Amino acid sequence: MTAEPVQTRTRYDGETLATLTADATAIMERYPNPRSGLLPMLHLVQSIDGYVSRDGILFCAEMLGITAAEVSAVATFYTQYKRHPNGTYTVGVCTNTLCAVMGGDAIFDELSEHLGVGHDETTDDGAITLERVECNAACDYAPVVMVNWEFFDNQTPGTATALADRLRLGEDVAPTRGAASVCSFKQMSRVLAGFSDGRADEDAGTGEPTLAGLRIARERGWTAPEGPSSSTPDKPGETITGEPGSSAARKPTTPADTQVGKDKKPGEDAK
Amino acid sequence: MTLTPVLTDTWDKDHSWRLATYERAGGYAGLKKALKAEPADLVQAVKDSGLRGRGGAGFPTGMKWGFLPPPDGGPRYLVVNADESEPGTCKDIPLMLASPQHLIEGVAITSYAIGCDHAFIYVRGEVLHVYRRLLNAVEEAYKAGYLGKNIQGSGFNLDVTVHAGAGAYICGEETALLDSLEGLRGQPRLKPPFPAVAGLYARPTVVNNVESIASVPAIVAKGADWFSSMGTEKSQGHGLFSLSGHVTRPGQYEAPLGITLRELLDLAGGVREGHELKFWTPGGSSTPIFTAEHLDVPLDYESVGAAGSMLGTRALQIFDETVCVVRATSRWTDFYAHESCGKCTPCREGTYWLKQVLHRIEAGEGQDSDLDLLLDLCDNILGRAFCALGDGAVSPITSSIKLFREEYQAHIDGHGCPFDPSASALFPYTPKTRIAAALAGAGAGGHR
Repeated sequence: MTAEPVQTRTRYDGETLATLTADATAIMERYPNPRSGLLPMLHLVQSIDGYVSRDGILFCAEMLGITAAEVSAVATFYTQYKRHPNGTYTVGVCTNTLCAVMGGDAIFDELSEHLGVGHDETTDDGAITLERVECNAACDYAPVVMVNWEFFDNQTPGTATALADRLRLGEDVAPTRGAASVCSFKQMSRVLAGFSDGRADEDAGTGEPTLAGLRIARERGWTAPEGPSSSTPDKPGETITGEPGSSAARKPTTPADTQVGKDKKPGEDAK
Repeated sequence: MTLTPVLTDTWDKDHSWRLATYERAGGYAGLKKALKAEPADLVQAVKDSGLRGRGGAGFPTGMKWGFLPPPDGGPRYLVVNADESEPGTCKDIPLMLASPQHLIEGVAITSYAIGCDHAFIYVRGEVLHVYRRLLNAVEEAYKAGYLGKNIQGSGFNLDVTVHAGAGAYICGEETALLDSLEGLRGQPRLKPPFPAVAGLYARPTVVNNVESIASVPAIVAKGADWFSSMGTEKSQGHGLFSLSGHVTRPGQYEAPLGITLRELLDLAGGVREGHELKFWTPGGSSTPIFTAEHLDVPLDYESVGAAGSMLGTRALQIFDETVCVVRATSRWTDFYAHESCGKCTPCREGTYWLKQVLHRIEAGEGQDSDLDLLLDLCDNILGRAFCALGDGAVSPITSSIKLFREEYQAHIDGHGCPFDPSASALFPYTPKTRIAAALAGAGAGGHR
């Protein structure tokens, strides 16, 4: 590991290089093995250059004492590392099966036509890079659009094109879940490199699907079984005993009904 | 069967993600109790609880911890798999957004139990605010003395590093995740040695899913018997069931394992109005699809397995009669082809050819021999790929051909797709040159 490269093949100016070096050193110190810092370091490079540039690759290689080829091998493996200058905003439309059939395909086609770009292409004004993205773990909010990896849930072609227009005008845009507003690609990349932007406490709101089951439980007074009080240690006989060998077929009707099965030894059941 | 909010129980509270909110709800009682216990007793308690891996495979969590060799003085690691990417799966992300301290407390208890002083949370990079919340949760826990040096005066030290990935489904595979965390391309490792013996930096390592680790604090606080009082005989405890797709109220439903889709749909207001269930996945796209015939299959590991699929991540994707099963399967196949890491030939080449054949069937250019060709390709991938991605890739194809062969044949015989793609959308629209778009976009050169 070379914490402060004396000679560099990069073309960063002295100030940029000094800042990058300090940040990359902080990244490497998070890990027992500095090489683990390569992924966050590539995010860091994107926070300066807006993509994984030639200089960024050389910089990572010099910091870690590995070859540029080794860095490139990693950078080209992951979809979030961009090989061309990215727009200020990545607009990603989920076109994996569930979102696609529920309208994601229509949203992507509409956006593509509206912006005049295809997948992984950037608008002429440099504002938006359009992408088809894979499942982003928000299926209960389908169809989903991500802007710089913040959630825009339950989209339509109309809401998505309006969103894109606002982004191009430079307006503040709030996700449906996430921070109070979407930040730029470079700012996002710096957070992904592990440098907090102090915005964790912002909240655009908790969506109804996230709370769907909990709402029903609250309405109907359903809770998980009561545990033994925390001041007393677990002892046999403290919980209400139900039928032994409870099966999938049993249908408890009250919380107390689920307090069965204390007579079995679960660990022994496992394969 | 009633719902059993445990992990979800604080999600409706004001500022639910803050440590103070979590503490007011009884948070960190588990850690305080754990630090007074012998680590071996904690491992035993988790074994006794019957908790099985919530990331899909269902391997008993306590047993996984028990596989670590005896301490040799060197480091041992806990790595939390927060790379939630399996299509349909959407439980860990809302959990970490709404209540990250559940996970952090679980990390602290687990680390203490397995003798780890540096734990890692590997979260996918495509969820910015979740990453912010995790960084913040760790910072709050340090300040409160739940992480760091001499935790709660116990002498136990623990550092936690939250690490963002960079977009690769394969990194959800535990050994690929470890390679990625070591700063390499995320490609699976040959097993054995298993991570328990040689994991991160070739040291003994436990890799567990977010929901598994988040379930640990309540097991410790309330007891193994409490946990195993929920669920079925061999699939114990509570789990997050994620309903998505053509359902009236999609979302997270936390229930004992063994609940059925019929019961869950009843709570969720049923399939979208005016439509009926056509097919569904019990545990994400890698689990063979089910139909209305399987509505009463108890959603536990054994029952779903006996019915021919897998419980997986309890990602219940609901598709009504407007959805073309060929289109759905073809798109999932695009996903596997895109996400295949390229390390092994059956998966790398196989998913590529599966994609080509499915695309031409979807476009009305299929040949009569194509269905047998698909099944033959699947046969050459299943069990022959380096990791489970290949097996997952063939699940939707083999199961959908088995259940809907006539629908595939109709695409071949009719030289096109008989479905109106706009019928399955949640809004009206006029498709724009759909087939050309499908071929140009998701297909050739789309994702790559």
